[in-house]
Amino acid sequence: MNDLNVAVILGSIVAGAAPIVLASLGETISEKAGVINLSLDGSILLSAMVAFVTAFETKNLLLGFAGGAAAGAVIAGVVGLFSIYLGQSQVAVGFVLTLTARDLAYFFGNPYARQYGPQVIPWPIPGLHEIPLVGQAFFNHGWIVYASMLMIFLCWWYFYRTPQGLRLRMVGEHPEAAYARGTDSRAVQMTYTVIGGLLVGLAGAAFSLCVKPGWGRPQGAEGTGWIALAIVIFGGWHPVKVALGAYLFSFLQVMGIQFQRWWPSIPAQVFQVAPFPLMIFTLLLLSAAQRRSGADLDGAPSILARIVGVLGGAPPRALGKTFSPE
Amino acid sequence: MIGKGRKGWNRTLFEILVMLAGLFALNTIILLIAGAPPIEAFKYLFQGSLGSWIKIGQVLTGWIPLTLCACGLVFSFRVGLWNIGVEGQVLAGAVCATAVLRLGTDGGAPSLMLVMAFLGGVLGGSLWAVLAGVLKTKGGVNEIFGGLGLNFVAQGITLWLIFGPWKRPGIASMSGTEVFPKALWLPAIQGLRINPGGLALTVGVILLTGWMLRQTRLGLALKGIGSNPRAAYLHGLKPQRYFIVAMALAGACAGMAGAFQVTGVYHRLIPSISSNYGYLALLVVMLAGFRLGWSPAIAFFFVSLNVGSIQLPMMLQVDSSLSGIIQGTFVLAALLLYAWRRKRKGTEP
Repeated sequence: MNDLNVAVILGSIVAGAAPIVLASLGETISEKAGVINLSLDGSILLSAMVAFVTAFETKNLLLGFAGGAAAGAVIAGVVGLFSIYLGQSQVAVGFVLTLTARDLAYFFGNPYARQYGPQVIPWPIPGLHEIPLVGQAFFNHGWIVYASMLMIFLCWWYFYRTPQGLRLRMVGEHPEAAYARGTDSRAVQMTYTVIGGLLVGLAGAAFSLCVKPGWGRPQGAEGTGWIALAIVIFGGWHPVKVALGAYLFSFLQVMGIQFQRWWPSIPAQVFQVAPFPLMIFTLLLLSAAQRRSGADLDGAPSILARIVGVLGGAPPRALGKTFSPE
Repeated sequence: MIGKGRKGWNRTLFEILVMLAGLFALNTIILLIAGAPPIEAFKYLFQGSLGSWIKIGQVLTGWIPLTLCACGLVFSFRVGLWNIGVEGQVLAGAVCATAVLRLGTDGGAPSLMLVMAFLGGVLGGSLWAVLAGVLKTKGGVNEIFGGLGLNFVAQGITLWLIFGPWKRPGIASMSGTEVFPKALWLPAIQGLRINPGGLALTVGVILLTGWMLRQTRLGLALKGIGSNPRAAYLHGLKPQRYFIVAMALAGACAGMAGAFQVTGVYHRLIPSISSNYGYLALLVVMLAGFRLGWSPAIAFFFVSLNVGSIQLPMMLQVDSSLSGIIQGTFVLAALLLYAWRRKRKGTEP
């Protein structure tokens, strides 16, 4: 394997991670405010379809991205409305919407299947993209990929360096206390659920307009939403660690394709599902080790517990609970 | 306070009628947006599912696994667990049933092999579910992610078996393993492809589920833990143990559904053997308010939609996923109704 190959592989890992980064950051935002948006998998598909169809009909990429983001926001809005204001189980609403949004995507996207539409063209960053290896890996992508990288920093900065971010975290930890101090906890939760949905919608648009251009059935984004949900736990609700998880998953996916090239006798379908159990089992390991490290008070923490200490984090305390001011 | 008098029933009927009218309007709008004639579409949905005895036979064939999954889910919902891993449990059941049937008829009578295949399915499904349960109770992994992860693992194992050790002689393809000899097919009524055995089994499971939940100590314990785990613990019940029991029962039902798909429908193992019934069953039980009561009827309705929608791409050039949209909007409307009822209950003195 030569140098160029490694650069191409690195580049495809970074590009492939963009939608996963966006989706998992979006989910991090709503979960930080205490709302689980379980509809991710369907939301991503629906917004991918809406983005492609909008861009196809209007011949305008930006409108496509806006359409995708709007679709994600609407679905998240429904989750918020049902769970925050009507007191229904977040898991129940999210789950129904996962399936319904997926079916809506297939139903309305049907006439647009396998058509050629507009897609994001790479913008190599002058100077930087000529650096060997690194240039190809990080600085030769479509703008949405750069935007996804920027978003990691933005999220971190917003959560931990702004007063609004502090309020967001307070609502996620203790909506009652926030309410007692004059914050309309439900409005805050609703706002960040919709903002999170916007990012999820952008993730879908990044799929159909950049990473896997076009629309089809299956689209190739199926399952990503569930992975993004797992990545949020993996990253301990911290945007930087969450993004790392997204890159790790993209790495596993690209390696799956590589392995298939090296061992063609093993069917493609096995490699397609391979990253999913790997990711989930990492999650299981994390959770198990996390428990053990809490229980073992004597002696130095094991290597496993140390790794977990770096990666894991505690969920927002009010996550999944419906807050009512009465 | 209003009792469930005539007035109460009238109101319930009124609510349901409003809900149905709203759903009809919503789905009409969706069809109009897609550029399909709504009345035609609803007509094809009906004709395609209940228009002939053969269609009804198809609906019943789907009703069996879906209802089995739904019965299982009632157990796990009763104890307060979100068992999203049903899909994987169906697959595990199907794989185990296939493993039994691959032994062939040499070992004994075909009917004995069929019984063994069903037992294998039950065992496989419940082990797969218990795995998710143990991950929750011992590993601290949320059952939603444990179950979901195991779904993907089960899918991977199924694909690997179909393309690897169990591939058809010569060719391995998405069409599945080699078809079993006719002797190992679950007996069906000729022409209609209705499985009397499967139907009897499903009715039996429905009755057994209802009896277990209502009449036994187990049912009471599950209900107690589901409604208030802390209080149940203080009363000497061990929630963790009942979590596992509920998951085992749920998985057993799902595994049975998998075994039925192998022995009664496809007569081989195919990649999509579960036909998404695991996920659909979650919608069925949610629409039924997480109870057994209406689940079999809703399952029948949902499968009718699925079977009826098969014609849509041919007749109207619209995607068959319309059935999924109708099912989803039904569940959302039901959630809305529950929220509305609760709100009204709260405002009444």
